[in-house]
Amino acid sequence: MPQPLFVIEDLHVSVEGKEILKGVNLTVERGQLHALMGPNGSGKSTLAHTLMGNPHFQVTQGRVLLKGEDILSLPPDERARRGMFLAFQYPVEIPGVKVRHFLRMAVKASKGEEPSVTDFRRQLFEKMALLEMDRSFSERYVNEGFSGGEKKRNEILQLAMLQPEMAVLDEADSGLDIDALRAVANGINKLAGPQMGMLLITHYQRILNYVEPHFVHVLFDGRIVRSGGMELAQELEAKGYDWIAGEAAV
Amino acid sequence: MVKKPVEAPQADYAQRYGFRDAEKPLFRARLGLSSEVVEEISWLKGEPAWMRDLRLRALEVFRKKPMPTWGGDLSGINFDDIYYYVKPADHQVRNWDDVPQYIKRTFDRLGIPQAERQFLAGVGAQYDSEVVYHNLHEELVKQGVLFLDTDTALREHPELFQQYFGTVVPPADNKFSALNSAVWSGGSFIYVPEGVQVTVPLQAYFRINAEKLGQFERTLIIAEPGSYLHYVEGCTAPIYSADSLHAAVVEIIVKPGARVRYTTIQNWSTNVYNLVTKRAVAYQDSIMEWVDGNLGSKVNMKYPAVFLMEPGAHGEMLSVAFAGKGQHQDAGAKMVHAAPHTSSVVVSKSISKDGGRSSYRGLVKVYPGSVGAKASVRCDALVLDDESRSDTYPYMEVEEEQASVGHEATVSKIGSEQLFYLMSRGLSETEAATLIVSGFIEPIVKELPMEYAVELNRLIQLQMEGAVG
Ligand SMILES: Nc1ncnc2c1ncn2[C@@H]1O[C@H](COP(=O)(O)OP(=O)(O)OP(=O)(O)O)[C@@H](O)[C@H]1O
Ligand SMILES: [Mg+2]
Repeated sequence: MPQPLFVIEDLHVSVEGKEILKGVNLTVERGQLHALMGPNGSGKSTLAHTLMGNPHFQVTQGRVLLKGEDILSLPPDERARRGMFLAFQYPVEIPGVKVRHFLRMAVKASKGEEPSVTDFRRQLFEKMALLEMDRSFSERYVNEGFSGGEKKRNEILQLAMLQPEMAVLDEADSGLDIDALRAVANGINKLAGPQMGMLLITHYQRILNYVEPHFVHVLFDGRIVRSGGMELAQELEAKGYDWIAGEAAV
Repeated sequence: MVKKPVEAPQADYAQRYGFRDAEKPLFRARLGLSSEVVEEISWLKGEPAWMRDLRLRALEVFRKKPMPTWGGDLSGINFDDIYYYVKPADHQVRNWDDVPQYIKRTFDRLGIPQAERQFLAGVGAQYDSEVVYHNLHEELVKQGVLFLDTDTALREHPELFQQYFGTVVPPADNKFSALNSAVWSGGSFIYVPEGVQVTVPLQAYFRINAEKLGQFERTLIIAEPGSYLHYVEGCTAPIYSADSLHAAVVEIIVKPGARVRYTTIQNWSTNVYNLVTKRAVAYQDSIMEWVDGNLGSKVNMKYPAVFLMEPGAHGEMLSVAFAGKGQHQDAGAKMVHAAPHTSSVVVSKSISKDGGRSSYRGLVKVYPGSVGAKASVRCDALVLDDESRSDTYPYMEVEEEQASVGHEATVSKIGSEQLFYLMSRGLSETEAATLIVSGFIEPIVKELPMEYAVELNRLIQLQMEGAVG
């Protein structure tokens, strides 16, 4: 049996001494799209940041394997070079740095070689068209003065340019109007391929009308308490997270 | 975290700029400062008596004035252990091929002849105390533009010279302007006739080669009504264990409706004290802009000024200072509003790293009667680690009620969330920090011609390497 792309094993994570993740297990194979749902504060972003290597979060137990190798001791840039990607729930501003300059550096850093200007430009405009973004966007400073929706599109644009093997998208859908949601979902569908694994973090079933996950998991109080298919998302939508809370308490 | 090995920045400076030439100069005045040395400089240059007397008077002023007790620590300067005049070559030439081989090698290595061919309308190159090369595009010569070294200007245009020299920065202005007035040598003299637009920049490059040298160039720029000029200066020096002194004076006269932009990329080695007096007077509806990049030197004290003398005059100062290990950048601006409806803008960006210290020191003065004057000062400091330091000393003397003066200052660090965001895209920690710094100074860098913007970013990158964490 071939090695799984991405495995999270019994992951425990603390922030400032408080345990947030209390033993998370999850396996993502190439070509699979997993949705991770859960109420506010359940630890979704904590998981996403930990997977990418944010030093703010302390792993106290467990392993995270990318293509069979534990990446937990690696800095974020090394994880990126090995194929990890995180679309941020709250992307930060980098004042004075143009989107296109940033993207070029990112492509160079993760691919290990400088793309030719022509290739880079062609690819950039192609991906922007896919996400229905105006070209002038690439001249703006990274996330500075971006609307919520523009920030999300910009994250997906980075995903498109970097073409990672394992992508974690932390609420790529929240705050989007219906057109933006369609554009982002469309982008995700086009980018997801047989080689890529994806973990899509979301609150709402809404985006799942456009992007169909193979698996749905529910994170509650630092643990995955339910896993299933699309029907689980629908059930959640109908009954709300209180239902899970009730179940988890039992 | 995993780090790739990097060269120390100073080692890189050594390779790119810090090389030295062992050739013996043609002439070197004896060590130290005296009225004999001053007279000898004047005699060698064949100056008129008025200039010799001005020098000697300035020397007296220099001796009487105390050392400044504010700003940087100048206690390391030993005025007796400095060569005040070192003449490298016999005469100045207009063709690079005629520059003495060993000097030409230096400027070739610094890329100056190449820059002239590619994007400049004129170049002056000063090596130690004398300008060894000077050239100006034929076009501009025909339009009556003068671009000479200051010594030649004194010989060839004595009336023009005497009319303006020392009127903007009198010898007695401060201790170092007095010193400069006593021993000045070289520098640029530029005259732009009425209505003439010098759209392609003129550049002067200042190179210190000799050890323990004092370089005291003197620059005088006259922009006649409605003219335009962009002048750029750059400077580097070898790294010596003994300190060098650079004390220049720059005087600029901006006549009605004229516009002058003066751009500096200061990249002295970290054994140079850079103590410079730069001042412009701006008349009706004119514009004076200083764009200042301070990367090098040990102690840098520089506060370019604009005296806004008539209605509608506008002054601007855009500056970037980078204080690395062992460096103190004490830089700022002085905007003096002496007429109604004058305006000024100061934007200062400083970066401190590895124990470096940067200070913004500035003055906005609004005289009574300057109705409708507007001044704004903005200082942003980025402090990269806990050993480094940043201070702001914004003095405001506003004596007119109907004037608006604004001041904003921020001090920030590189946010860990910013670093994480960039590193999650594959950038190393140093690359991420460098990108954040280049974004921080972008508002200034975007004002520079492309070649200089690239140069400044490259210099910042050198300073940043091996820096963070
Ligand atoms: N830097 C921090 N310092 C202290 N507590 C933190 C920090 N980051 C997260 N937490 C706490 O960890 C818990 C999980 O937060 P997390 O952001 O992972 O939730 P989430 O599931 O992503 O929520 P949301 O749906 O609101 O995005 C919360 O109780 C939060 O307050
Ligand atoms: Mg979250």
